[in-house]
Amino acid sequence: MDARVKQLSRINDFVVKFANVNGSGSASANGLFAKAILRMGVPVAARNIFPSNIQGLPTWYEVRIVEAGWRGRRGGVDLMVAMNPQTWDKDVAEIESGGYLFYDSTKPLPPSKFREDITALGVPLTAICNATYTDVRQRQLFKNIVYLGALSALLDIDPIEIERLFSEQYRGKEALLDSNRKALHLGRDHALANFACPIGLSVQRRDAVGDRIFIDGNAAAALGAVYGGATVAAWYPITPSSSLAESFAKWCRKFRTDSATGQQRYAIVQAEDELSSIGMVIGAAWNGARAFTATSGPGISLMQEFLGLAYFAEIPAVLFDVQRGSPSTGMPTRTQQADLMSCAYASHGDTKHVLLLPEDPRECFEFGALAFDLADRLQTPIFVMLDLDIGMQDWLTEPLAWDDSHRMDRGKVMTAADLDAGRDFGRYLDVDGDGIAYRTYPGTHPARGSYFTRGTTKDRYARYTEEGPAYVDNMQRLQRKFQTAKNLVPKPVVTRASQPTTAGVIWFGSTGAAMAESLAELERQDVHLDRLRIRAFPFDDAIIDFVASHEHVFVVEQNRDAQLKMLLVNECAIDPAKLTSVLHYDGTPITERFITQEIGEKARLYNVTPLTGIRYPGSGIRKTGGKAA
Amino acid sequence: MTYLAKPKIHHPGLPKNALGYTRRDYEGAISTLCAGCGHDSISAAIIQAFYELDVAPHRVAKLSGIGCSSKTPTYFLGNSHGFNSVHGRMPSVLTGAALANRDLIYLGVSGDGDSASIGLGQFAHVLRRNVNMVYIVENNGVYGLTKGQFSATADKGSKSKRGATNSDEPIDLVLLALALGATFVARGFSGDKTQLVPLIKAAVAHRGAAFIDVVSPCVAFNNHPGSTKSYDYVREHNEAVNRLDFMPERAPITTEYPEGAVREVVLHDGGVVRLHKLDASYDPSDKVGAMAYLEEHRARGEVVTGLLYVDADSADMHAALRTVDMPLNTLNDPDLVPGNAALAAVNASLR
Repeated sequence: MDARVKQLSRINDFVVKFANVNGSGSASANGLFAKAILRMGVPVAARNIFPSNIQGLPTWYEVRIVEAGWRGRRGGVDLMVAMNPQTWDKDVAEIESGGYLFYDSTKPLPPSKFREDITALGVPLTAICNATYTDVRQRQLFKNIVYLGALSALLDIDPIEIERLFSEQYRGKEALLDSNRKALHLGRDHALANFACPIGLSVQRRDAVGDRIFIDGNAAAALGAVYGGATVAAWYPITPSSSLAESFAKWCRKFRTDSATGQQRYAIVQAEDELSSIGMVIGAAWNGARAFTATSGPGISLMQEFLGLAYFAEIPAVLFDVQRGSPSTGMPTRTQQADLMSCAYASHGDTKHVLLLPEDPRECFEFGALAFDLADRLQTPIFVMLDLDIGMQDWLTEPLAWDDSHRMDRGKVMTAADLDAGRDFGRYLDVDGDGIAYRTYPGTHPARGSYFTRGTTKDRYARYTEEGPAYVDNMQRLQRKFQTAKNLVPKPVVTRASQPTTAGVIWFGSTGAAMAESLAELERQDVHLDRLRIRAFPFDDAIIDFVASHEHVFVVEQNRDAQLKMLLVNECAIDPAKLTSVLHYDGTPITERFITQEIGEKARLYNVTPLTGIRYPGSGIRKTGGKAA
Repeated sequence: MTYLAKPKIHHPGLPKNALGYTRRDYEGAISTLCAGCGHDSISAAIIQAFYELDVAPHRVAKLSGIGCSSKTPTYFLGNSHGFNSVHGRMPSVLTGAALANRDLIYLGVSGDGDSASIGLGQFAHVLRRNVNMVYIVENNGVYGLTKGQFSATADKGSKSKRGATNSDEPIDLVLLALALGATFVARGFSGDKTQLVPLIKAAVAHRGAAFIDVVSPCVAFNNHPGSTKSYDYVREHNEAVNRLDFMPERAPITTEYPEGAVREVVLHDGGVVRLHKLDASYDPSDKVGAMAYLEEHRARGEVVTGLLYVDADSADMHAALRTVDMPLNTLNDPDLVPGNAALAAVNASLR
């Protein structure tokens, strides 16, 4: 290494990236790496970057060790574990100057394959494994554990924590436990014997994780569906949402299987396509069960006609949309927030739908459960908008909590007793002025309360009609109902900057992870922004007030067309000139560095000259010259 | 079109079934279909079947797609909940409804456009899943509401009202249903109520997917010479393999029949289908034989009707899913929500 370049030296604050080949069994070892650090009380933010492939294509796992607890990506790599010859050049190029390269040194590589400004750490992984194992598959699988062992020495990760994780994973499988332990120490001993350990990057035990848990948003949302009382799930496999339906099956087997009979208090159907899955959800919900589907953008497109029916015929339905790179097949294994428009106004004709926008797995759980109460209360589809980054990545998140006094809100349902008491039943009759009418479940009463559900126009008593006034009356009631929804959905979260400012920033969903860190960094650079995180559509009036009370508002989102901005302008009658978009849509999760740079640059544009301590009229962004890079 | 309610006053002398309902209690609104439409005869057969089965009307859920046939649920079982869904997608809505409440009777009504064209995929998969239901296709070979285009069940070489000849192969829904694993497959003719009513009754009693293809001439667009779905054509070419009686429970055979002319099928709830064979060689438990028979007769331009196949012991969707006996839509918080203590254990496993 070039002596003029200083080796990176960081404790509990660096990025390790594993470059692997899909299907090589690396995921398990990489997961152990992240979890062992968590067990040492040091927070991590971990992300799988994987191809649409089962075997052979490149895959990466990025672990950000971050004592400060930031959950977003920082950008850049300090230590690359380069296990994939296919991507070697790109991987090596990505390392920060002064960083480290860990690689399999069994076959010598020409000097041109390295960089002068990084430290190369070669361990003959293949040679070690070939000397130890005879079975070909074992040689491959244990190579991952051998590098895990070497890394534990190089980064000073306590091997006891990895061994504990082995014992939990291989409980009752002693042979596997021993062989993994052996592989771990092979790598560890080699590193200890050949390098000065630890290198400049190291992990030191802390108590910074607390009682937080490590869970992906799909598993959390599925658990939310269990707690929300969902009994029917119909789905069609599509990345990145499949694991949501599969998690629901897993949680249900655990929590909803009758111990005496083995019978199930739930039904899950893998449908033939997304049209069928939403059709089943609508049929089940019409018949009084809580039902959901999980899908991604292409599935939402296929469901459009049915979503119009559910809106117009007023059927409760819950959809989890785990968004991915779009349009078309797009980037099926990459993340985006690009389905806002297609969900908010899904279907032909005049429609508007309720969207919930969770920021992390904990909110996936909360909103996942809440969605079913909202669907029943509002008798309309409710979309819970995850994305691949929240859905498929493990996030360090506050523990999930449940209020045992909560009871399902089944909404306005007229019972046989109500009907016998002579209550007037009009399926589309707005008796309370909130736009929500009473419904009955099929089979309720022998002589009263039955009605015909249809996608065609009807009057207040569900009778077919083609009369204009009856149609308009119904459409206006649906609009009133949407206003009611505004008061029921989660409120936006507003936080003030540490100093008064007339600039603000708005975001939603997974962007929050990088946003929190970026805002801290911008404050450090003396750029002060009030913050508003949107958690639902229809938009709360507080959002209009927020924009009105600031002169410049940044809108940060992960799509090309600034869909949140479009929705804000369209729904809140906001002057678009007040809103400045920060857009990230290359399929990778937005990073702290990206947001800080984009907002920093744009803030400078508004701010005219960055001179210390001077406030500029019309900007409100305080900027200190010299500090900003 | 207007909504027409029938007067609710009943003649006091109307006969009542075992539950005390008259036939009128199974009727719906006045039909707005064309006078003489085959579909109205099917509605009448449905009314008759449910009246005779002593089913409480509100325990039936009727679902349909889009088209003339799919309008008919308004015209029968007025005290049942109905759902006129999306074109070709009734099967999925019905499947979801059946998942939510296993205690109701599900009657799906569709047409040849709805099931054989736009909805062929859902038709296939609802049968594969053996959803406990009656699925009736009112098959007229033509798109009525859009004025006479050929449908996918129109026979090759048959002529439209305007004189065009259909050049595409027809989809035979009965053959398809057999191939897909339907456990009750029948074909009827809207002009033969004595055959159709017991077919519907047996289909209701059957546990699993019961499919009935009912040839139902369209008087407006497909009842002319050159059509193979006209009243005249079907009457001339109707090849009934059996006639049947449906009895809620086994009753002694009182009439003398020649050897081998009667066959009984006991359904899961104890109901009995007594088949009077019109073709002594036809065996409705032999699926392969049934398919061959149907192909041979189709090639001759004949319309085979009757109970064509039945497997009385099949496991339906709920059995396959092992769902609880209580309808899922009746389960409450204690049945469904694991609570905060369970969640604390989940949290602990994720650290």
